[in-house]
Amino acid sequence: MLALMAPSVVFVCLVFVLPIALFLFRAVDNSDVPRALPKLASVIGTWNEGELPPDPVYRALIEDLTVLRGSSELAVLARRLNYALPGFRGTLTRTGRMLPAADVPSAKDALVAVDAKWADPELWAVLRQQTGPVTDFFLLTALDRKRDVAGEIVPVAGDQAIFIDLYGRTLWVSLGVTLFCVILGFPIAAAMARATPAVANWMLLGVLVPFWTSLLVRTTAWVILLQNEGLVNRTLIWLGVLDTPLQLVFNRTGVYIAMVHVLLPYMILPLYSVIKGIQQSHLRAAASLGASPLRVFLTVYLPLSMPGVVAGATLVFVSAVGFYVTPALVGGPRDQMIGYFISYFTNSAVNWGLASALGAFLLLLVAITYLILGKLVGFDRLKVR
Amino acid sequence: MQGAPKTLLQHAAGAASRIYTIAMFVFLIAPVLVVLPLSFTAGQMLVFPLPGWSTQWYVEFFTNPLWTDALRNSVVIGVLTTLLATALGTAAAVGLHGAKSRWSGAVIALLVTPLAVPVVIVAVATFYLFASLQLVGTFLGLVLAHTVLALPFVVVTVSATLQGYDPNLTRAAASLGAAPWLAFRTVTLPIIAPGVISGALFAFVTSFDELVVAIFLSSPQLRTLPRQIFSGVSENISPAITAAAVVLLFVSVLLMAAMEALRRRSERMRRATENAT
Repeated sequence: MLALMAPSVVFVCLVFVLPIALFLFRAVDNSDVPRALPKLASVIGTWNEGELPPDPVYRALIEDLTVLRGSSELAVLARRLNYALPGFRGTLTRTGRMLPAADVPSAKDALVAVDAKWADPELWAVLRQQTGPVTDFFLLTALDRKRDVAGEIVPVAGDQAIFIDLYGRTLWVSLGVTLFCVILGFPIAAAMARATPAVANWMLLGVLVPFWTSLLVRTTAWVILLQNEGLVNRTLIWLGVLDTPLQLVFNRTGVYIAMVHVLLPYMILPLYSVIKGIQQSHLRAAASLGASPLRVFLTVYLPLSMPGVVAGATLVFVSAVGFYVTPALVGGPRDQMIGYFISYFTNSAVNWGLASALGAFLLLLVAITYLILGKLVGFDRLKVR
Repeated sequence: MQGAPKTLLQHAAGAASRIYTIAMFVFLIAPVLVVLPLSFTAGQMLVFPLPGWSTQWYVEFFTNPLWTDALRNSVVIGVLTTLLATALGTAAAVGLHGAKSRWSGAVIALLVTPLAVPVVIVAVATFYLFASLQLVGTFLGLVLAHTVLALPFVVVTVSATLQGYDPNLTRAAASLGAAPWLAFRTVTLPIIAPGVISGALFAFVTSFDELVVAIFLSSPQLRTLPRQIFSGVSENISPAITAAAVVLLFVSVLLMAAMEALRRRSERMRRATENAT
C-alpha cells in the first residue's frame, strides 16, 4: 500500500514542496554577496562601526574586485547592493572600471580618490550588513522597513513605502469581493434550495457553466463587455442612462465586477449544499410558535446556513488574495495585488529576494485564513462540490 | 406559512426575488455566452451590433500557426499531464484506501496542498527551480508543473469512488491466485472506472485551462492556448481571441459536463449499493 502512495508523495515533494522551499529561502538568502566578496567578508567583522574601516578592509575590497573585474558577477553584485543602498551600483561599477592596484600604499586613499562615497560610513554599514550568509533585508523591504547605519530597523522614505499599501489593497479588495459574493450569492443559493428539483437542476447548471469556464475566457469576456465601446456602455447610453461611456474597465470597478463573477460560484455551491440540508420542519416549527418571517430567518435559517457562508467566504477570500490574472487584465496600474508584484519582481525586475519575501507574506496570509476559518467550520467543508 | 392567502406584500416580495434571481443568472451566464456571437463577427472590432456574420476568425484560428501551434501544444501537454496525474493519483488513492494508517491523513494533506497555495506562488517557485534545470520552455517542464496541480483532483475523485468499493473483492481475487496487478486490472479498475475517468477529465481540463504556470514556464517557441490568448488580450484584442476562447470554452464545458454526469451516476450507484446492503 505504501508502495502505491510513494510515487505521488515523492513527485509532490520534488515538483511542489522542494521548489517552494527553495524559492522561499531566497527571502533570507544572502550567499551571493559573501561569495562574490570572500576576502572582504572575512575581515569586515574586525571593523568597529562609527568610524571608517581600517586600511586592510579597503585592501580586501580591492583584491576581491580585482578578481571580479569584467565578469558578469560584478554586475549581479552591483545590482544586489543597489537594492540595499540606491546609488551603490554606480559606485561599484566606477570602482571596477578604475580599480587601483592592490599594492598601493594606502588602499583607503586610493578608493576614495576613485569615488568619494567610499569615505561614507553609511555605505560601509550597508556593506557590512550585506556580507552575512543570511539577511533580513528583503523581508524588511517587503514591510517598508530597512536598517539604518546603526543597524536599527526604521521605516523607509515615504515614496519608497509601497508594500504595506499593497497588502492593505489586496486585503481590502479581497474582503470587498467576499462581501459582494456573500450578499449576491446567499439569495441565489436560497432560491435554488427552495426551487422544485427540475428548476433547481437548471439553476445548478447556470452556476456550474461559469464555474467550469476557464477564468481567462471569463476575464476576457469582461474586458470586451466593459470597454468604452462595449455592450454594457452601449446599452446604458441607448437606454439614456448615460451620455458618455463610463470607465468600467482597467480600474477598480472592473476588478470588482470580474472577480465577483469569477468567484461567485465558489460561494454559491458550498452554501447551496448547506442550505439544501436545512430541515424545513425547523422553520415551520419556529413559525408555528409565532415567530415572524424575519425572526425565523434571523434566528433559525441564518444560523443554520452559517457553516456554508463561512466555507464559501473562506474559499472566495483565499482565492481572491492570490489572484493575479484577472486584476492584471481588467485592472489599472493602481489595482494590482500581491500576486502581480510577485510576478513583476520575478519577470521584470529580477529581484528574487523581494519576490520571495512577498510570496512568504502571501502564503502566511492564506495559511492564517485557512487555520482560523477552517477550524471554525471544519476543513471537510472547504470544498466547492 | 403555507395555506394562508398571500398578501400583496408577499406577492411583491416573491416577484422581486424572482427578478433578482433571474438578473443574477444573467450576470453569471451572459459573460460566458457573449464571446459566442462575437467570434462570428465579420468586422475587425469586438463591438455590438455585429457588422455581419463570418467564420473568418475561425479560419484564422485553425490556419494561423500562432494559434494552431498553441492548440497542439495545449493538447499534447494536457494529454501527457492526464496520463501522469491519473497514473500517480489512482495509485495513491488505491494505496490510501487500503492503508488506513495514521499516515494516510498526512499523505492526503500533502497531495491536496497544491490546491490551497496561490497558483502564482506555485508558478514562480517552479520557474525558479526549473530555470536552473533548463526545464523552462519545455514540454516536460509544463507537464510536471501541471501534474502537480491536476493530481489532487484525481486523488479526491478516485478516493470518493473507492468509498463504495468493497476491499473483499480484491482479497477474493488474490485468494484465487491473481497477482496484485492482475486483481487491480480485472477487478478493482472496472468497478472504479467512472471515478478514474472523471479524475482524468479533471486533470485534462486543469492543464488545458491553466494559465498562470504557463505564463512563467512558456517560451515564445512553446506557448499554450491560454498563454496565447493572454498575450492577445493584454496586447491587442483581435476577434481571433474570441474564436480561441470559444474553443477553450467548449472543451472545458463539454468535459466538465461529462464529469458531472459520471459523478451523478456513481452517486446513484453508491446510494443503490448502500440501500441494498
